[in-house]
Amino acid sequence: MPAIAIRQACKQFGSLKAVDSVDLEIMQGEFFGLLGPNGAGKTTLINLLSGLTRPDSGNLSIMGHDVTRQYREARLAVGVVPQELVFDPFFTVREVLEVQSGYFGISANEAWIEEILDRLDLSAKADTNMRALSGGMKRRVLIAQALVHKPPVIILDEPTAGVDVELRQSLWAFVRSLNQSGHTIVLTTHYLDEAEALCGRIAMLKSGRIVSLDTTSNLLKTCPGRRVKLQLVPDNLPDSLETELLQHESGYHVLKLEAFTDLEPMLEKIRQAGIRVVDMVLPHPDLEDVFVEIMRKQ
Amino acid sequence: MRGFITLFHKEVMRFWKVGFQTVLAPLLSTMLYLLIFSHVLGKHVEAFPGVPYVSFLIPGLAMMALLQNSFANSSSSLIQSKITGNIIFLLLSPVSYPEMFLAYVLASSLRGIIVGCGIFAITLWAVDIPLKYPLWALIFALTGSFILGAIGIIAGIWAEKFDQLASFQNFIILPLTFLSGVFYSIHSLPPFWQQISNLNPFFYLIDGFRYGFFGASDSSPYFSLFVVSICLAAVSLITLWLLKSGYKLRN
Repeated sequence: MPAIAIRQACKQFGSLKAVDSVDLEIMQGEFFGLLGPNGAGKTTLINLLSGLTRPDSGNLSIMGHDVTRQYREARLAVGVVPQELVFDPFFTVREVLEVQSGYFGISANEAWIEEILDRLDLSAKADTNMRALSGGMKRRVLIAQALVHKPPVIILDEPTAGVDVELRQSLWAFVRSLNQSGHTIVLTTHYLDEAEALCGRIAMLKSGRIVSLDTTSNLLKTCPGRRVKLQLVPDNLPDSLETELLQHESGYHVLKLEAFTDLEPMLEKIRQAGIRVVDMVLPHPDLEDVFVEIMRKQ
Repeated sequence: MRGFITLFHKEVMRFWKVGFQTVLAPLLSTMLYLLIFSHVLGKHVEAFPGVPYVSFLIPGLAMMALLQNSFANSSSSLIQSKITGNIIFLLLSPVSYPEMFLAYVLASSLRGIIVGCGIFAITLWAVDIPLKYPLWALIFALTGSFILGAIGIIAGIWAEKFDQLASFQNFIILPLTFLSGVFYSIHSLPPFWQQISNLNPFFYLIDGFRYGFFGASDSSPYFSLFVVSICLAAVSLITLWLLKSGYKLRN
């Protein structure tokens, strides 16, 4: 049984198709990335899954429970960390977590609340009013709220937006450990290096449609062409290589490289022109290259 | 059931934590009404035969405060949650829409009744008010607080900004409460305004509530109960439908 199953989900706001005939299955235990530019439909898709928005058509289920017809079971199976930094100013951190536990039907949750407070480094702030917390601390409370009912599926909607490096690293260590203990993680982020490092599989959305869906390693293999960065003395590129030039940045000529076998003929042309290569960088293709190329093609 | 209990408890904590503003402030403003109106009109008006004006006024003011605070509780809670965005914690949970309805209405009712009881507690030592039919008074107090609690949910869902909610309160709730016979018996009004008052459901709430104290009223308490029961059923159905449909909440 997939952790998340989406069949032909559609959601339209006025004339805007926010989610357009999306089909997607995420298996239990996956660390799944949902990427796309602003307005691609990532948050709407998450809202459809979590019940914050109702689909116009299609079926969405979490752990086999339809999010509309069996909304109670579906919501018990998912914890959502929202993108916005929202909080209830009337309550302390502990009260917020107790209230959230109660919403999920849990009356005695003290032990688990203590554990997540400890693991998110919030114990010292447990009895502090939410208003008095820093942005990073509020973000941690949002994560704690999503975990109070121990959901098998956790959806994180840009959880590291505006978060400092230290918290980001501790947050990912925590989310990784949750994934290793069997939780299915769905992540949206604008930090593509995070997605590349964490996600086993990635879907890319654009204009409400999935335009790419594959494992992270397969996506990296599809990277459009390699590049070589050369620093030359004198800083002139032979005319015969002008067609390969992508850009000239920080003293480096960035040249298109279809295959590694093209490298030697390229260097030969440079030598024949009496130009010396003083530095050479062969950058590894990263998810950002793949992302940019896929978005450009669509 | 646990979700309902938690939401109810949270809503009670929410107003109790700011009790100075949600309980004491309305008590003070209501006492000012009492002071001014009883001083100005006390010697000139006898609403019911043999009932001093100040005695007549107190149940009306208590009911008015009860209604306004019941409305304020659910409406302000919802609009604040919507504007700050923390409503999503409830919407993400498996709490059902009937549970939400009951929790918001009962918490609103509790606040209204605390304020209403506070007014009686303060005036008890100074003014002699009979309580001939306490059950009637209780029925109308509960029904009134439920109706206004539910209307507060409707307003809180509908309003997108605080000024829209203030308009709802100032242009609908306030005129209906002030023109419902809080300060006078509608028999003292010209026939045209009596007929208009008969169309105001809040009149039946206050008139029925007052019957519980004096055994006298402008309208039959049975007819008043019939009218307010219809109102309660209607606003409850509308509120439940709004919550079920997710209108302005799940979009």
